[in-house]
Amino acid sequence: MASDAGTAGELLVARDIGKRFGGIAALSDVSFSIRRGEIYGLIGPNGAGKTSLFNVLTGIYTKDSGTFVFDGAPLDDLKPDEVAERGIARTFQNIRLFANLSALENVMVGRHVRTHATVIGAIFRGRRTRDEERAIRRRSIELLDYVGVRRRANDLAKHLAYGDQRRLEIARALATDPRLLALDEPAAGMNATETAGLRSLLESIRRDGTTILLIEHDMKLVMSVCDRVLVLDYGKKLAEGPAAEVQKDERVIAAYLGGDVSLNLKGT
Amino acid sequence: MDTLIQQLVNGVTLGSVYAIVALGYTMVYGIVQLINFAHGDVVMIGAMVAYSIIAALVGAHVPLSPLAIVVVATVCSIPVCMVVGYGLERAAYRPLRNAPRLAPLITAIGLSIVLENVALIIWGRSPLPYPQIIDTITYRLTSHPDGATITNVQIAIIGLSIVMMAGLLLLVYRTKIGVAMRATAQNAQVAGLMGIDVNRVISITFVIGSGLAAVAGVMDGTYYGVAHYQMGFILGLKAFTAAVLGGIGNLGGAMLGGLLLGIIEALGAGYVGELTNLCHLSGWSHALALRCVDDPHLALFGSNYQDVFAFVVLILVLVFRPSGLLGERVSDRA
Amino acid sequence: MHAFFDTRRRPALVWIGLALVAAALIALPWALAGIGTAWVRITNLAVLYCFLALGLNIVVGFAGLLDLGYIAFYGVGAYVYALLASPQFGIHLPFWVILPLGALLACIFGMLLGAPTLKLRGDYLAIVTLGFGEIVRIFLNNLSTPFNLTNGPQGISLIDPFRLDGLSFAGTQHVLGHALSSPIKYYYFLVAVLLVVIVVNVRLQNSRIGRAWEAIREDEVAARAMGINTRNMKLLAYAMGASFGGIAGGMFSAMQGFISPESFVLVESIMVLSMVVLGGMGNVFGVVIGALLLSYIPEVLRYTVGPAQQAVFGRTLIDPEVFRMLLFGLALVLMMLFRPAGILPSAVRKRELEQDSADGQ
Repeated sequence: MASDAGTAGELLVARDIGKRFGGIAALSDVSFSIRRGEIYGLIGPNGAGKTSLFNVLTGIYTKDSGTFVFDGAPLDDLKPDEVAERGIARTFQNIRLFANLSALENVMVGRHVRTHATVIGAIFRGRRTRDEERAIRRRSIELLDYVGVRRRANDLAKHLAYGDQRRLEIARALATDPRLLALDEPAAGMNATETAGLRSLLESIRRDGTTILLIEHDMKLVMSVCDRVLVLDYGKKLAEGPAAEVQKDERVIAAYLGGDVSLNLKGT
Repeated sequence: MDTLIQQLVNGVTLGSVYAIVALGYTMVYGIVQLINFAHGDVVMIGAMVAYSIIAALVGAHVPLSPLAIVVVATVCSIPVCMVVGYGLERAAYRPLRNAPRLAPLITAIGLSIVLENVALIIWGRSPLPYPQIIDTITYRLTSHPDGATITNVQIAIIGLSIVMMAGLLLLVYRTKIGVAMRATAQNAQVAGLMGIDVNRVISITFVIGSGLAAVAGVMDGTYYGVAHYQMGFILGLKAFTAAVLGGIGNLGGAMLGGLLLGIIEALGAGYVGELTNLCHLSGWSHALALRCVDDPHLALFGSNYQDVFAFVVLILVLVFRPSGLLGERVSDRA
Repeated sequence: MHAFFDTRRRPALVWIGLALVAAALIALPWALAGIGTAWVRITNLAVLYCFLALGLNIVVGFAGLLDLGYIAFYGVGAYVYALLASPQFGIHLPFWVILPLGALLACIFGMLLGAPTLKLRGDYLAIVTLGFGEIVRIFLNNLSTPFNLTNGPQGISLIDPFRLDGLSFAGTQHVLGHALSSPIKYYYFLVAVLLVVIVVNVRLQNSRIGRAWEAIREDEVAARAMGINTRNMKLLAYAMGASFGGIAGGMFSAMQGFISPESFVLVESIMVLSMVVLGGMGNVFGVVIGALLLSYIPEVLRYTVGPAQQAVFGRTLIDPEVFRMLLFGLALVLMMLFRPAGILPSAVRKRELEQDSADGQ
């Protein structure tokens, strides 16, 4: 099993993922694979199971069936912190920053999983701890700069503007040195300018070697930035493929874009 | 066998009081997700007010039957507790309704200290002997001359509890305000949008819980024969345990939890000495055998550990079944 | 806040400041002894409360876990010291052996309590810890039969004072013409330990560990998603806090020479919690200020409330002790309603953050 999953090029392979809540199947037999270095879109109408898939992937929910293979190794029954350690970092649909910590401290928390200081180290603050602490700070400031909120570094996260909070959450996730960055509706609530900024941020993250899994409702953003797209509907895979092809898929139009098309027709 | 029956009777009596107090915790928790830490002290206020009224009526030689005096005292202490409960909610909890969870809990602890010390100023530091104006009549339950008994006070406590629980269930499931309460418990925001005055519902919940607490206070004082400014603390803690045991937020759960806890405690107190009797081990140690000659009841734990049982139950329930016996799964996941 | 301890940045100013503080701390007991030896003892207890409050601050302030049974760990430490250095069993171990033992045992108790309960929601955890505190007290009270371990409600007396290389902390020595009384010796010891504890707290807060705790306090789900093993980190906070309590308990035992279960009741837990809340949860210096305030105010009240009532009403209407508790209760409520962040919240924090921006550039 590991042999075919380890195929160069495939970072994450999901096979037959299933999750039920009571009698309702939130996900049934969802399979897909994400290639290294791509931006992979995950779309579908509200309630299609996108966030459930995220929660199953990142260990917040335990799945009922199926397997994930991440970077050649199975990723099953891991707790959220172990998933993060393996190299998958995420953001949340309804922003979950550490509200009363500064923006900088938020990102510094993200370095936790890649650093080592223990209680003893923290108390005695030897050379190694001090060096590590300096490196954490330097890297975190770099990341704030990278996402464009460095000027707010010392403000409490809760005092940041909405768009900045979204970006800060991305910086915090990037601080864990992920190989896969999973973003849950990062453009939600952003205006056109902010969304454009987000698009270029996503593109530079990809350029710098991090694969991205993106849930998004903003179709313009998805179509312009994603290499391939997975469409979910009622917890099932409806289509998967390059954005341009999926856009033309009749089932997708019927289930999902259909609503938009008819709206557009009415509008014109 | 007689010990068992006797401890069951005592347990059910005790459990009825726990259940009534637990209802106050569980109603408030169900609606605002707040542990009203001061609830036990409302019970204490109820007991104290009733004490003062009974003492005053008896002192003034009012021509009323003892039963009537107790009823009058109870009826008078109910509104006092209701006002206290309303005041607590209005002044200290309502402003913190959207604050982080720890804030109202700390406020509740503060209120509990305030209530206890106000009571200490009014009623003094020493335990007050509850006037035993009702003659205790003891009914024998078995043919054995020293066998299990039940008293009229115990019967009254159990009976009154059943009546109050039935009344509460009717209120919650058969009246308009009950519907509003249940709706608010489900989702306060949506209930508000549906035209329910959520603040009023919450106030009413506190008021009802406090009224029940007043009666529980009188029951406890009458049963044990003492009232004390700190009596609410342990009682409140046990009632909270009962509410958690049954499934917090669930009315039936509070009743079941209260009864079970009372029985567990009574049986525990009745049997722990025998169960941990070290003299069973006399064969292992000569020194032990010598001590058992003097005291054949030499036990590792005696009934003075009674209060421990409730806490052990609490910890076990929270660890193994935090949702309680009848509760739904509580989760604050993403 | 680490910048405060960074002597390289503003050497002269910091050294002068530290020298002044040190001089004040050295001179303080002599000044207090001038008013009355009682005030030196009161100060020692206040320092001990600072110690306790800082320990609880790790649990409540940093990690955001409400602990209402904290005093139980203090009790464990106190009884370990009392049992191993008193005529109770005729054992007389030196304090530098017992204090770590007490810390260790308290730490084990902390983990035993923490392991099964830390997945609970905050308010449930509060009640469970409260129950645990009561269980410990009930055991201390009753473990006199069938085997006399704790001597029950009578408590344990004639506990050894600290002895260091022949120097006993009890009694008075004459050094350079000054009478060094027992409380003054303890004062210097306690203040030295307190300074260490403050540094430890500040360093923990500004470390990878401290940030992980604060992340858990702010949002546990997000903290886990960032790769923090929340269960282990919470256990660590519990263990650290409990060990602090254990050490403080040992010092209390030695200093008082007598302990009984009365010293480890719920009200004490709540008092320490109030100190943390009043000072500002999570703010090390705020917590110290909170502890000092709540230690001294009651003593001041003791000397003023009674006489003031005598003067006004001709008799004592409200017992100063009751008055003190009333104030505690009201203070908790009012703090939560009007200043939930405590006495020392944003101002200090802001300064600290401005300093951060300075190194950021």
